[in-house]
Amino acid sequence: MEYLYYPGCSLESAGRPYDESLRAVFRVLGLPLKELEDWNCCGATMYMSVDETTSLAISARNLALAERNGGTNLVAPCSACYTVLLKTNRFLRDSPELKAKVDRILGEVGLSCKLAVKVRHPLDVLVNDVGIETIARAARSSLGGLPFAPYYGCQIVRPERGFDDPEYPITMDTLLERLGAKAVYFPVKTRCCGGMLMTTFPDVCLQLVKELLECATQNGARCVVTTCPLCQINLEAYQKRVNRKFGTAFHVPVLVFTQLLGLALGCSEEELGLQRNLVPLKTELVPLHA
Amino acid sequence: MADSSRIPGSLPASERELRSTFMEQARLVPGGERIARCIQCGTCTGSCPVSYAMDISPRMLIALFRAGEIERILRSRTIWICASCYMCTTRCPQNIKITDTLYALKRTAMETGLYPDRFPVYLLSRIFVQIMNRYGRNHEGLLLLLYYLRRNPFGLLRLVPLGISMLRKGRAPLFPSKIKGIKTIRQILSAAKALELPAEKETVKYVEGTVGYGAVG
Repeated sequence: MEYLYYPGCSLESAGRPYDESLRAVFRVLGLPLKELEDWNCCGATMYMSVDETTSLAISARNLALAERNGGTNLVAPCSACYTVLLKTNRFLRDSPELKAKVDRILGEVGLSCKLAVKVRHPLDVLVNDVGIETIARAARSSLGGLPFAPYYGCQIVRPERGFDDPEYPITMDTLLERLGAKAVYFPVKTRCCGGMLMTTFPDVCLQLVKELLECATQNGARCVVTTCPLCQINLEAYQKRVNRKFGTAFHVPVLVFTQLLGLALGCSEEELGLQRNLVPLKTELVPLHA
Repeated sequence: MADSSRIPGSLPASERELRSTFMEQARLVPGGERIARCIQCGTCTGSCPVSYAMDISPRMLIALFRAGEIERILRSRTIWICASCYMCTTRCPQNIKITDTLYALKRTAMETGLYPDRFPVYLLSRIFVQIMNRYGRNHEGLLLLLYYLRRNPFGLLRLVPLGISMLRKGRAPLFPSKIKGIKTIRQILSAAKALELPAEKETVKYVEGTVGYGAVG
């Protein structure tokens, strides 16, 4: 089964390590991954506040393009994109009125959306389509007992997705522990990092980030592992500001889960974009390959 | 906030108008009518990670809506602080789509031009839309640049060290690029606009002149 890939705007910039490591992991596991040609921005949370029909139509263009490509599975790593695309599917399915409007709009550009495409998160694909045991068999080295905080963030599991629990998911924990890492106790694993609030309400966002980093470090995590590029950036890039504001001393590497997964599968640092992380993962924590 | 000349149970004209606009938006949210079922248990407020920073809590917001005070809601920061984490929606015992209702309120605010004082958060949305129209994809650097320039130029200076680090790490492309199908994006946008105009507000019967449970049926 071929997977169509929807990187999203974030993975082309700040989320580049995610894009690189995801492609590397899919390649090593032999999963055909093809980027959706000429995808457009999903619209994310900002667009939804503007105009319902417009934002749905913009988002649906991607679904229509995927359908035209004969795809049935569209992989969207960014939680915001994942949320918007899934929401589009759901809203169009549940509201014939909205569907009729969007059909008319898409019809004008020669596209149609029959809701035939399933929107998937890479974590879901890896754990459920490939299977943890298959991945474990393909692993070349162990993650050496690395204590990590499994941080899912909010939108990968809420609103109800179906592949993991909305408040206490365990797919990432299970996957990475099977590969030799050790998930620490981390009850805030789906507590919001603040997302776009870092731009609009930084004080509030810094508070949320501080609470997450605090919980992680207090429970012995040596790194935080995320599934969303926005969470990754919020937790990684503002540690200095958090330290200045709250008098803390955080200096924690924050990775995306495909980076750790790739390490276990034998990918190099560069393939996984590890050199792009702002707080480097210390080599003594996990054996790295040249 | 209550105006002493108000007749209990009746809505002033401005509130009726707002209610009409909001109900129009809320109608498009599948399941949005469940807001009538709120039992004011406060689970939403208790679960919200940012409720501590809100002036009106999520629970209060729903109570205010049913009391016929949408304007007060729109003048608060609440809907703009919501981070869309959906914890409230997940835990609501009455299955109310709280987050999506807040989106409908955001759209109502943008449509009616009602915002809290000195509060251009909606600006980010507008700039985002402009970039989308032009390129078809978001460009973080441009988005932040335009937003901060208009809102808080000094904040921009603060971001420079981070911007430089990201550039050096190859995580900040300098220039935005248009997608090939940008014309279709613009066509979609104008077609969508044409569908929404003229904004004929359906008069929802139960909105006129009633508040409380009767108002939402």
